[in-house]
Amino acid sequence: MTPQSLKSEVLHPGTAQGELLVLDTPVSFWGGFDPNNGEIIEASHPQCGEKVTGKILVMYRGKGSAGTPAGVAESIRNGSGPIALILCEPEVNIAIGAAVASELYDVHMPVVCLEPDDYTKLIESNKTDISLTGEVTPH
Amino acid sequence: MIELSQKEKDMRDGKEGPLLKFAISLVLKAANIWQAPRLIEASFAHIDACHYYGQAHLDFARKLEREGATFPIPSWTNTVPVSLTGSDGREKNNQAFVDGAKEVAEIYERIGCKPVWTCAPYQLPDGPKFGDQIVGSESNAVSFYNAVVGARTQKYGDFLDVACALTGRVPFTGLHRDEGRIGQIELDVSFLPEELRHEEEICHLIGIIMGRDAGSKVPVIRGLPSSTHRDSLKGIAAAGAASGGVAMFHVLGVTPEAPDAETAYQGRTPERIQKVTATDLDEAKALVSSVRSGPVNMVALGTPHFSYDEFQRLAVLIDGRKVHPDVTFYVSTSRFVAQMVQDSGAMDIIERAGVQVLRDTCTYFSPAVKACKGPVMTNSGKWAFYAPGMLPVDVAFGSLRDCVQSAVKGEIVMAPAFGS
Repeated sequence: MTPQSLKSEVLHPGTAQGELLVLDTPVSFWGGFDPNNGEIIEASHPQCGEKVTGKILVMYRGKGSAGTPAGVAESIRNGSGPIALILCEPEVNIAIGAAVASELYDVHMPVVCLEPDDYTKLIESNKTDISLTGEVTPH
Repeated sequence: MIELSQKEKDMRDGKEGPLLKFAISLVLKAANIWQAPRLIEASFAHIDACHYYGQAHLDFARKLEREGATFPIPSWTNTVPVSLTGSDGREKNNQAFVDGAKEVAEIYERIGCKPVWTCAPYQLPDGPKFGDQIVGSESNAVSFYNAVVGARTQKYGDFLDVACALTGRVPFTGLHRDEGRIGQIELDVSFLPEELRHEEEICHLIGIIMGRDAGSKVPVIRGLPSSTHRDSLKGIAAAGAASGGVAMFHVLGVTPEAPDAETAYQGRTPERIQKVTATDLDEAKALVSSVRSGPVNMVALGTPHFSYDEFQRLAVLIDGRKVHPDVTFYVSTSRFVAQMVQDSGAMDIIERAGVQVLRDTCTYFSPAVKACKGPVMTNSGKWAFYAPGMLPVDVAFGSLRDCVQSAVKGEIVMAPAFGS
């Protein structure tokens, strides 16, 4: 069966291929996450202690704080962060963090946003590809 | 499609140099995501990117300096994780962190930001005025500027704040527009006993409740006295931004865009009305107090930064008394307010009692308190809400009077339940 591509809105362009880590609730990249080791550290988060390193991180929406872009950029710089982010509600802070990391470090972590139906389809799968133009191909 | 002026097009096309091209690309990215029709000029910025959690903050700041960044609008610095005036007692805990944080701060000062290092820039003279379009970043300051000053800002995260300041532009969206500021839900506190509604402590708890329940709506608080002090409004702004993410609220008869309900709701009716009871206050207090009795190791005041008036009240409460030898008593403030308090004579009274005043920084992320094992007592709803996640400590929340009593006695002193 040919995998079906889902069309996303590109908040920051890049390519990625890898395993999904689907979060039950959003995590903040500042305060909720340790950019030194890639672990979720928010004590009340159901996935506290899991590592996001090297994963395609999937969460419905961002969780804001002024420090979020810096947490995102720092985790891209030192490689502790996810390799891509898939959201369902567009979020400025994560996109800005990714854009700054692109400029400073020439590492391009895609940040994309899916329609709710497609988001539901995606989280049933284990792996996905993301293209530069925002095709998300789960398999 | 975003409509751009010639100047904005020139920045986008690189005619104003590579740094402004990069900066406006960030502003346009935000404008696209927020679906803003155009950009507007901003007249002031409060910069959070001078903070430091790692190399990315430093690399960004170095890039700004290397590429000749200049700020066309007044750009003031937020509080930073280490004190730059040397009043931060235990910085040697983590030298690499301290060095990085100081370098970032020094760069922002060199490239022309006004070095105020405060999360409460609204306590300083010559800041933004009613109706000004500005760039806010730190969450309590965003909420205070919007609600209490009537200046208009979205919440701009790190780097986007700098990008907006460098270009002097913000996306014309959200809280920059009249329709983004319409009251949507009501928090009615008018059933609380009169004397409670005059208490600053209650305002912090109202803020906690407001943040918890408002979601992305603009709340309207009904029932606070017209004499409600700016420090109480600071408490509401900070707690509401911490427990939820409220960036704008109204207080009927108090804040400038809410002289009456008609104006606050711009002729509409609230989507829901929530009555706040004494029991709600007790629940909110329980949420931000993990301990209520026993010994106390630290008292932490000044989140957001302690105001001149708060220092004067503290001086009256602590004059002639001594902080218990087992207690460290910190107050965080800006260097500007600290100087005013010094000049008034109140600083001597406060320091003589054994209180340490931290300038430029804040206790909940300063290396100064990393070694603290708690419990900590605070009069800040924001500190009490955030600190247990950032520091491994128990927290007790109480009034300024209770904090001083606890510090002197070495044991937590808390007022009885409001509902009792």
